[in-house]
Amino acid sequence: MELTDLSMLELAAKLAAGEVSSVEATRACLARAAQVDGKVKAFLRLDEKGALAAAEASDARRKAGNPASPLDGVPIGLKDIFLTEGVETTCASRILEGFIPPYDGTVVSLLKQAGLPIVGKLNMDEFAMGSSNEGSAYGPTHNPWALDRTPGGSSGGSAAAVAAREVFGALGTDTGGSIRQPAAFTNLVGIKPTYGRVSRYGVIAYASSLDQVGPMARTVADTAALLQLIARHDPLDSTSAPVEAPDYREDLEGGVRGLKLGVPREYFIEGMDPEVEAKVRQAMAAYERLGATLVEVSLPHTKYALATYYLLAPAEASSNLARYDGVRYGLRAKDAKGLREMYGLSRDRGFGSEVKRRIMLGTYALSAGYYDAYYVRAQKVRTLIRQDFAKAFEQVDAILSPTSPVPAFKLGEKTDNPLAMYLMDVFTLPCNLAGLPGLSLPCGFTKSNLPIGLQILGKPFDEARLLRIARAFEREHDYSRRLAPL
Amino acid sequence: MKLTIEQVRHVANLARLSLTPEEEQRYATQLSAVLDAVAQLQELDLSGVEPTSHATLASSLLREDVTRPSLPPEKGLANAPSKVGTSFAVPKIIE
Repeated sequence: MELTDLSMLELAAKLAAGEVSSVEATRACLARAAQVDGKVKAFLRLDEKGALAAAEASDARRKAGNPASPLDGVPIGLKDIFLTEGVETTCASRILEGFIPPYDGTVVSLLKQAGLPIVGKLNMDEFAMGSSNEGSAYGPTHNPWALDRTPGGSSGGSAAAVAAREVFGALGTDTGGSIRQPAAFTNLVGIKPTYGRVSRYGVIAYASSLDQVGPMARTVADTAALLQLIARHDPLDSTSAPVEAPDYREDLEGGVRGLKLGVPREYFIEGMDPEVEAKVRQAMAAYERLGATLVEVSLPHTKYALATYYLLAPAEASSNLARYDGVRYGLRAKDAKGLREMYGLSRDRGFGSEVKRRIMLGTYALSAGYYDAYYVRAQKVRTLIRQDFAKAFEQVDAILSPTSPVPAFKLGEKTDNPLAMYLMDVFTLPCNLAGLPGLSLPCGFTKSNLPIGLQILGKPFDEARLLRIARAFEREHDYSRRLAPL
Repeated sequence: MKLTIEQVRHVANLARLSLTPEEEQRYATQLSAVLDAVAQLQELDLSGVEPTSHATLASSLLREDVTRPSLPPEKGLANAPSKVGTSFAVPKIIE
């Protein structure tokens, strides 16, 4: 077994026992990246110097018997949406090429304080807008399970780097499924915490009422351990919740006996891949065997979630992305005559086509004469979607569904059809609209060896229970232990 | 719903995007298709439904109003495409 095949907690145990050093683990990640990233293209840039310096400091702490956290010394990667002081951060956009953040985002500070070396910054769909990583201005990431396929998106680089064992774990962000869908496509566990659970300070904004930061890793326990380091109140984010995080690993082995798990009848739709449906149904049956009760629930406004999301998220994006104007940072059209032309040309050249499409859509939905018909209407439907979940959670402890209607699709397959691409988020985005936590868990493979994900949705701040439910299934199978053939 | 080129130009101007003629054509077609898809929301009766602007919190939390250090000017200006002294420089605003 290679060092990089270990889970985060397995590596942490070896670091604690002094069997391996953080410098060795970090060098192993860098060597693995040198070996496979030409094919996977998960990294936008490595920070070899910074990672090794952090690893050396970690080794010194471990040697002195004074680790900063249980994961001290475990190398990880960050989606390129997190501001990292002194390390270029582009959000996979031309408009931020060369941008060196003057400070660390809160979660970056927390991970540094906890002693985790940051190996580098990971590829993504530009400004987190996309479901395939093909929106990156720097070229797509490839799925380590099948290199001609997408790793999903928008946190596709994070997913691919962990699945390809270039890092032991990663952080992503999830606005409509951007952690869970890539996790499902690459055989990882990924959790989008409750809105407000993790600070968004220093995370480049896409749709501020939906964006949330979360961990991606190869096992449930790793995911819990990584979430533990970042789940806390942050006074620098006014939407950060002043709610104490429980110990996410304390009750991980508690099982599902006696739990009621909801199966939403609206989540088994026409057009779903039959192999995905079969594996998800098998997982549901497994939960019954493990002592849970399955309860059919209804989320009647599910069919409106996609339209609601694709009005609200672009509207928020059009406002958030107004800051990229060529004045304070980022790309500036030097040939522009006058200020107005400088704004227009800088933005037209700096943004990619999907980003411009969403800015246009959002600007339209917010413009005079259309604001009530589109934006306010979508906000009202969002209320109905939240109420659907609130009603369902009166009957059940958590909800099970597929994460994605299909396994990883081929690169290029959907790039010409924005609507077909938007459909990839149909099961993941209602949870963002409702602000709820959602987790994707490996639940099997197709005949052609593509991973399939089971989604588990929960009540606000019920992440510990979601992790426990996920662990109950993981323990029964070897899916999480299967490694991408690379 | 079919967006006209004039509407696309109006929205692009609001968004401060200098689109190329090809982009104007493409977005007219693609945004029309998206607007057709989202028109589905018009079928719902939403009378009496309050809009949700925020997922979980009843209100935003304010921190205590105390001064704390912010970025020093040289750090804040480090990424500026053009600067003069401690200011960002832009092309001429008034002709």
